[in-house]
Amino acid sequence: MQAQIRLRNALLTLVTYLLAAAFLFPLVWMFMAAFKTEAQAFATPPVFVFTPVLENFQHALGSYFPALRNSLVAAVGSTVLAFILGLPAAFALAVYPTRRAQGVLTWMLSTKFMPAVGVIVPLFLIFRNLHLLDTLPGLILMYTTMNLPLVVWMMHSYMTEIPYAIYEAAKVDGASVGQEFFGIALPLSTPGMAATALLCLIFAWNEVFFALNLTNSDAAPLSVFISQFKTSEGLFWAQMSAAATLTVLPVLIFGWIAQRQLVRGLSFGAVK
Amino acid sequence: MTAAATTPATTAPTPRRGFRLSPAALIWPAMLYLILTTQVPFFMTVYYSFFRYNLAIPGSRPFVGFANYRNLLTDPQNLHILWNTVVLAGGTLILTLIIGAALALLLNRDFPGRALLRTLLISSFLIMPVVTAVVWKNMLMNPVFGFFSWVVTGLGGHPVDWLAQYPMASVIAMITWEWTPFAMLILLTGLQSLPDDQLEAARLDGASPWQEFRYVVLPHWTQAIQVVVLMETIALLQVYGEIYGSTSGGPGIATTNLPYFIYQKAFAEYNIGLASAAGVLTVILTNVLAVYMLRLLTRAGRGE
Repeated sequence: MQAQIRLRNALLTLVTYLLAAAFLFPLVWMFMAAFKTEAQAFATPPVFVFTPVLENFQHALGSYFPALRNSLVAAVGSTVLAFILGLPAAFALAVYPTRRAQGVLTWMLSTKFMPAVGVIVPLFLIFRNLHLLDTLPGLILMYTTMNLPLVVWMMHSYMTEIPYAIYEAAKVDGASVGQEFFGIALPLSTPGMAATALLCLIFAWNEVFFALNLTNSDAAPLSVFISQFKTSEGLFWAQMSAAATLTVLPVLIFGWIAQRQLVRGLSFGAVK
Repeated sequence: MTAAATTPATTAPTPRRGFRLSPAALIWPAMLYLILTTQVPFFMTVYYSFFRYNLAIPGSRPFVGFANYRNLLTDPQNLHILWNTVVLAGGTLILTLIIGAALALLLNRDFPGRALLRTLLISSFLIMPVVTAVVWKNMLMNPVFGFFSWVVTGLGGHPVDWLAQYPMASVIAMITWEWTPFAMLILLTGLQSLPDDQLEAARLDGASPWQEFRYVVLPHWTQAIQVVVLMETIALLQVYGEIYGSTSGGPGIATTNLPYFIYQKAFAEYNIGLASAAGVLTVILTNVLAVYMLRLLTRAGRGE
């Protein structure tokens, strides 16, 4: 009986490892190709053992840096703006909840039901008139829209966890709303802010719809840069893999670090 | 939560010195921003959808009523695109739920390397959709040099041009790969919040593994499942980067969904009127489904 259970457990573990390997394979394959020569990347049967080379990264780096800069500015800029707008709202909704607060929260979530395609046409025309097309401020504005509901929801859920007695004590001492916000709510929800910021950065970094339709060359982030490889028809697999590796690596590392907070953000706090 | 709502009334009146912020004033900037960037453009989309409006024909913008909608909902080609949207989202959702649930159950056991596997398994969700698309298209699904063809040939089959012969299935496979970690992550968190004593009690009562799953695990899991369904429905109806990067909606219109169709109409054909109508349709479709899912979610949350 005991042996049977142990065997069953070992088998299940083996199945888990095999499934995980299958899931990770496309990524591993991409990483491997980044270190192959073009001929090796193309070889049939595929090459599994080879001497790694770094020349693909040198090739990819040439056009990578402007796109990297744009991705960084757009991701960081939109995260900062979403925080500036979202933190006070999250604070007010958490510390002064009225009956309307729940409605406001639901409404903010509902803006997520608004597919980007439902707003892209007027936004494109407005951006064209305001000369925001292919500019980083334009991209930052749209990514802020995308991340703002997330900031409000996540920070609301972190701020409601601060014991209310702390605010009460401050009130008795005559603290203003501003003092409560800067003196209590912000310092006590720093871990939540870090997690939220990571998620915002990941989402903005990976965004492609606004990037493709509202930028062209000057403000094109990495998602647009990488999509140039879609027509490469397998001519430069190794180079493409190197560029893709450089593009996904920061997000992978951030995501692995923030994986526990990921659940809270992705489910808007519905599953903790 | 309720304590927070009632206490302010009972505390001593705060001294009125200096600048006082009202809570509403803190909420308005975020609200205004979202209204300006989502609601206002959406109403403009609705407005444009009633006109024959083509950027290539400036100066002429006749009101056509519901003609754009009629075109969308009667033209067999456009109906096919609508159907593609539903098949793509529905197919991917079902697959991610099944595979994600299996992985969550497998990872909810104690075994060496479990934490590492869990961390590694979320990777495909973190990958940029366009990267997924170009890597799958070029390196895995290429009919001649692709890895999958090599596997198929090795097993005695003929090389397959996946994206040409089975375009929709290929795209669904690719997007399932991307979204399964999301389902797994949420479902695993749901499983881990199940108290051990409930399972133990069921076992003491002599429940079979199936009964254990059906009557203890599944009811507890409902909320997590509904979160996955809701979030994925919203996201999968909007899939764009994967299609842009792999099939470009083709061959023909085999993998064109509403978002890709709108992109083509608006930015290749400058047909703002029709693209707007399709945008409104996508928003309606998303909202009808999302509101329905949300209702299920709140009902489950109340424990019914």
